[in-house]
Amino acid sequence: MNQFVFADCTTESGALAQLSQNAKDGIVVKAGGIDLLDRMKEGLESPTKLVNIRNISSLRGIRETPEGLHIGPLTTLTEISEHPLIQSQYTIFSDACGNAATPHIRNMATLGGNLLQENRCWYFRSKDYQCLRKGKEICFAFGGLNQYHSIMDYGSCPAVAPSSAAVGLLGLNATVELTSAKRGKRVVGIKDLYVMPEANPTKFNVVEPDELLTAVMIPKPAAGTRSAYQKYGEKQSFDWAIADAGVVLEMDGNVCRRAVVTMGAASPVVRRSPQAEAALVGKPITEETARAAGKASMEGAQPLSMNAYKVQMFPVAIYRTVLLAAGQMGRDPRAAG
Amino acid sequence: MSGPKFPPQADDPSSFATQSSDATETSQANDRPATKGITRRGFLKGAGVAAAGTALLEGAQVFTREAVAATRREHDGVKEFGPGAIPVALLVNGKEHTLQIEPRTTLADALRVHLGMTGTKVVCDRGPCSGCTVLMDDMPVNSCMTLAMDAIGHQVTTIEGLQSEGELHPVQAAFVKHDAMQCGFCTPGMVMTCSALLKKNSHPTEDDVRQATAGNLCRCGTYPRIFAATLEAAGVSGKESIRNA
Repeated sequence: MNQFVFADCTTESGALAQLSQNAKDGIVVKAGGIDLLDRMKEGLESPTKLVNIRNISSLRGIRETPEGLHIGPLTTLTEISEHPLIQSQYTIFSDACGNAATPHIRNMATLGGNLLQENRCWYFRSKDYQCLRKGKEICFAFGGLNQYHSIMDYGSCPAVAPSSAAVGLLGLNATVELTSAKRGKRVVGIKDLYVMPEANPTKFNVVEPDELLTAVMIPKPAAGTRSAYQKYGEKQSFDWAIADAGVVLEMDGNVCRRAVVTMGAASPVVRRSPQAEAALVGKPITEETARAAGKASMEGAQPLSMNAYKVQMFPVAIYRTVLLAAGQMGRDPRAAG
Repeated sequence: MSGPKFPPQADDPSSFATQSSDATETSQANDRPATKGITRRGFLKGAGVAAAGTALLEGAQVFTREAVAATRREHDGVKEFGPGAIPVALLVNGKEHTLQIEPRTTLADALRVHLGMTGTKVVCDRGPCSGCTVLMDDMPVNSCMTLAMDAIGHQVTTIEGLQSEGELHPVQAAFVKHDAMQCGFCTPGMVMTCSALLKKNSHPTEDDVRQATAGNLCRCGTYPRIFAATLEAAGVSGKESIRNA
């Protein structure tokens, strides 16, 4: 790791002032530091200054509001996954956070850092490959090793969305608050937080260099809502998802009134599957409708040379997670966690 | 038992005193308890501090101006440190240590290179293996992915601090009894993780142990013995005798 100035901030305004001083040159925000240290150790980034926001206590904690939940971005994944209210009412979110990475990383990693981490494509993560995401001409994954890459909507870069917390938050229609010293606050939906590679291959999210993610808001789920998240990986623990699914069901007795199906490792940004949702709405949740939803989710899939297996995995992940959300099946012992 | 005390001279603050120049750090390495000839650990430590010294000198040339004003500039709740070495106090195993580190120093390096506590192992150096596990306020964290700056103000516990008055921690004793290791490289991290689990949950099930160690990789595959040892430590020690320190 290169040397850097460590600007230890205890106030939001102090951190914002640091970011607005010189928004372009080597100034990086550090929260839990997990993804940042990884990038620095790999030589992908050599910032001259780390703006440490980890000690800003006002950016930490989970608060219940009349509208739902207000979560400080420095809240750790462990704190979220162990929170009783989130476990009971926002299960998709607690399970998405509770199955990311390892227990020790979850103790350190923050929600904001998880949402804004950069992609895990091994070409992007190697300083030896100057790829499209680094502002160069070529993507190495299309003609190279792509077994963990996208199967849908990938455009010019098939690296998958890395954040599992986002899979949960997208299902719950959450928003984030972005704050800049100059322009004040703006609220952005999770679905609009990420940038598709064809829009701008070097930008992963819409957060500007002088902005700080200052809050995550989750609206209160409607009565009769049940949700679930399951992740599938090559290993039983600690690995990145090769397929993960989030399901939110608003039930009217036996009939599904509204459904949200989200998918993580399928495309460059977290996505909902309108086809899978349509297969559930207005119908009772049964093995049959759950299977139909899983199958529908793969409409339009275009796997790469090495990842056609994902087209088989997502339908199963969605089928089992729909039944888990509906309370008709236990947690899949084969799911990673 | 003869031979060097481990960690070397832990109760003599002067041997861990903060040194910023190459010369003093090297002499510190030379002042270690006399052993015959060159030991592997002694050689590696010497090489390590020499390299750190060189890096420091390079840094000093590049960042001279900042280094002069490095100590602190405070404004609106922001204090700036570095990029050169700055004095930092870390609370490790109940004792406060003052050391001179650059802000980029990880907690693992602060412990191993600066404090000579080599019980904490760095294996993957990226987080997924948890070999470098230490406790920060009783919470297991990867010391390789934690900046030492982030450990300031927290109680750090390493494998060296687990035993009390020469007596092994129940988890350590159970690991010995169950032979819960082969190469031993994951062992300090495993022991720290399992001891943290027992502090949080004095009567864990095997599934709880599996969940807690989900990030601790053992390439030799001694997991069944690790689970058995941890469960026995829980049963033997019970709630009361698990150390509070």
